[in-house]
Amino acid sequence: MKWDEFFVTGDPFIYAADASIVFTSIGIVFVLTYYKKWKWLWSEWLTTVDHKKIGIMYIIAAVLMLFRGGVDALLMRAQITAPGSEILKSQHYNEIFTTHGTIMIIFMAMPFLIGLINFAVPLQIGARDVAYPYLNAVSFWTFFFGAMLFNISFVIGGSPSAGWTSYVPLAGEELSPGPGQNYYLLGLQIAGIGTLLTGINFLVTILKMRAPGMSIIRMPMFTWSTLITMILIIFAFPVLTVALALMTFDRLFGSHFLTLADGGLPMLWLNLFWIWGHPEVYIVILPAFGIFSEIISTFARKTLFGYKAMVWSMVSIAGLSFIVWVHHFFTMGANAVVNSFFSITTMAIAIPTGVKIFNWLFTLYKGRIKITSAMLWSLAFIPNFTIGGVTGVMLAMAAADYQYHNTYFLVSHFHYVLISGTVFACFAGLYFWYPKMFGHRLNERIGKWSFWLFMIGFNVCFFPMYFLGLDGMPRRIYTYEWADGWFDLNVVATIGAIGMAIGFVLLIYNIYWSFRYAERETTGDPWDGRTLEWSTHTPVPFYNFAIIPEVSGLDAYSRMKRDPAQEKKKEYKPIHMPNYSGKPIFMSVAFFISGFGLVFEWWWMAILGLIGVLAMLLLRSFDYDDGYYVPVDEVERIEKSYE
Amino acid sequence: MAKKCSHFPWQHLIGFLLSIVLTLVALWAGLYSGFSMTIIIVIIVTLASVQAIIQLFMFMHMTESSNGKHQTHVMIHSAFIAVILVAGTIWVLSYGFH
Amino acid sequence: MEYVHSDNGKHDAPDTPLEYQSETGRLNILGFWVFLGAEIALFATLFASYLVLVGRYADGPTPGELFEVKGVLIETFLLLTSSFTCGLAIHEMRRNSLKGLIVWLGITLLLGLGFLGFEIYEFVHYIHEGASLTTSAYWSGFFVLVGTHGAHVTMGIAWMILIIIQLVQRGLTKQTTRKVFVASLYWHFLDVVWIFIFTAVYLYGMVMHHG
Repeated sequence: MKWDEFFVTGDPFIYAADASIVFTSIGIVFVLTYYKKWKWLWSEWLTTVDHKKIGIMYIIAAVLMLFRGGVDALLMRAQITAPGSEILKSQHYNEIFTTHGTIMIIFMAMPFLIGLINFAVPLQIGARDVAYPYLNAVSFWTFFFGAMLFNISFVIGGSPSAGWTSYVPLAGEELSPGPGQNYYLLGLQIAGIGTLLTGINFLVTILKMRAPGMSIIRMPMFTWSTLITMILIIFAFPVLTVALALMTFDRLFGSHFLTLADGGLPMLWLNLFWIWGHPEVYIVILPAFGIFSEIISTFARKTLFGYKAMVWSMVSIAGLSFIVWVHHFFTMGANAVVNSFFSITTMAIAIPTGVKIFNWLFTLYKGRIKITSAMLWSLAFIPNFTIGGVTGVMLAMAAADYQYHNTYFLVSHFHYVLISGTVFACFAGLYFWYPKMFGHRLNERIGKWSFWLFMIGFNVCFFPMYFLGLDGMPRRIYTYEWADGWFDLNVVATIGAIGMAIGFVLLIYNIYWSFRYAERETTGDPWDGRTLEWSTHTPVPFYNFAIIPEVSGLDAYSRMKRDPAQEKKKEYKPIHMPNYSGKPIFMSVAFFISGFGLVFEWWWMAILGLIGVLAMLLLRSFDYDDGYYVPVDEVERIEKSYE
Repeated sequence: MAKKCSHFPWQHLIGFLLSIVLTLVALWAGLYSGFSMTIIIVIIVTLASVQAIIQLFMFMHMTESSNGKHQTHVMIHSAFIAVILVAGTIWVLSYGFH
Repeated sequence: MEYVHSDNGKHDAPDTPLEYQSETGRLNILGFWVFLGAEIALFATLFASYLVLVGRYADGPTPGELFEVKGVLIETFLLLTSSFTCGLAIHEMRRNSLKGLIVWLGITLLLGLGFLGFEIYEFVHYIHEGASLTTSAYWSGFFVLVGTHGAHVTMGIAWMILIIIQLVQRGLTKQTTRKVFVASLYWHFLDVVWIFIFTAVYLYGMVMHHG
């Protein structure tokens, strides 16, 4: 392979990206060296097993990925605003919609939510860490290096270009030769390991580590949504693992699972991809439901309406999510019985979702509503998500779907549910838990500007797409003709996208501004919170709770505040905590090396990386590190420092 | 909680003998019984499931300890998902295109 | 790691097996069961893929032409027996017999190696007869399903060797017994998967040939 095949050349955008990567890297190295922060970075962050720090790292990585995916989106809008424009070539356009979709789902939405889960859930259930802190670090670093492997594709070797769904035969060896599609397969495979481990970790954490008194029907709604999401992860991600492996074997080792020749069955890919893919969309929406439930209840200053209905609706959504997958490919042409079955199961999902919408509305009813940025995102979620949901029911009708399929109608539908559901929830959750994470709130004024720009921009961008779709504009086309008549609405959509971009920039500016100027938060409970995460200090001590709280009912912390008498018994005991470890990051680097080798079919490198992974597993097996105890006087000293 | 360990592992021995017998019965049903294809498939899949349950209870002690309930739940859910995956895929990709 | 609410933990009955006596032990064993749940989903997906590819032989041989009862039965009985001896190992462990535990684990290991040997022999034989990963969709499905199980068995053998070393170094402790127990769950699970491979791949393949 020649160097100009190894590095992507010939496109000014790519050269700009090359330059920005080099300068950013030099900048980071310079800052770390100048301020002598290398050791701090290593011993406080890179080796950490603390769920709070891991959560924050997830969120930082997700925001970076949101930026990357957002730039992709803007480039697409730029190209498609006017007919016949030549900002991007068709191949480049294909690469960008592929990376946009993949990054937003796998490397933005999921890590953002998992970051919030990591930070908040152990605190909400009154635990000192997760069940397997070491595994938690492995989860983060495999996600991170999987994401890095996927992201370097656009400067080294070329990006995948077969869409985030990577349908065969387009994604097969013949029509997509070269490393691009391999990046997709290996990047997702490595990140998927981390996601599966997160699923196991948090399921066991929530089942076994709740504070005394917190029975399963006293858990906060966000914890409930996490529990159900983790079950989805545990059963859905292995399917993706296999699907990716089958395509990898086809491309690298010449097997015939999905090929056109020698008996392969391309439809098998669609089938497996969506058996994972549909639970996946609930994996990124159920935690969002949980976040909105917490925020709406907190700022309506009422207990959540219909707690049990909320739980049961999530359970039924999760159950149904495994029997609806065919609605993603009604047009593949399965017979009427099959399509009808999946049409009905899909429509059935609207029932529990509707129950939830009404529960949020009834929580607001007669509440003393306080409008904060977090609350604004949550309130905007309800009508916007309903639009997305209703168009989803339209798509669920198999016969009608033959008209909508593969048009901008579909594009608009899933952006309506994923942005007003998942992205709004990420932002809402960030505003809500930010004081707990960093010891100060985000500025409300900038926050509200950011919200309105983003929310209005979102509607201006995506609402016209419904009509573009009904006008017959197919998705994933890189250009069109004046005669098609799609120009006007595309201009409107692009204006909306710019609004969203400004909203996002304001959010980032808000983080900077608040870091510099916002008032420091000392109470630990800035929002008059209802759940246990607000009962501990800010910033949260590394052991979370000096004394594990006793829970007497739903909204545990609200109860404690109403009845403070039982709270004051301070008899500290030594606290057992896990040690930090560098092994997770080393193991993930080894995964990265192995993946990179497989992408280019450099077998020596793939094997070398794999040996590295096995060596880390071996070292871990002989590692009898049982953590350490924080002595009572140390706990006393730390607790005093907050007074 | 775990039962008192008797000196002779009867449970294991019975489980082992049953698994051998069930395997041979499945083999006979498949190759020498002369039943129709559908009946054979029902018989051998049933026998395999019985063997799996024997392993779960007699060798893996699924229900023991304070986590027994959770463990059993996990296995029931997994079995459910496995059935959906296998039957669903065959239904969609084979029956769906007949 | 036992940094959880060990102070709230209920006290165990005196005959609780060693592996359940620590918080870490209980958490890890439960977590491993959950992991097995994920493994079931993984193998179910492989079975589903294999089964929809049955009949897609391209120009390659059919399974009926290559499968033989004798070899499959030997593999099956080796694995079934190893699952039994692995169960006996746990039985010995719970009687506090380190020696019994190591002996039965060693026997399990040997039976596993025997299984693996026969499987490799079988694969080589098929490739020799013109059925490999690249022959047809059917044989891709066969080699990846059965091969994934074989890879798991290999991992299980390596894992057991590491554990035997640790048992010799440290004897029966809360940690080592936990590790043995978790590895035993893995081993029994592989036996369960094999039962379904025996049924859905070999028996079904031979039935089609007969019928």
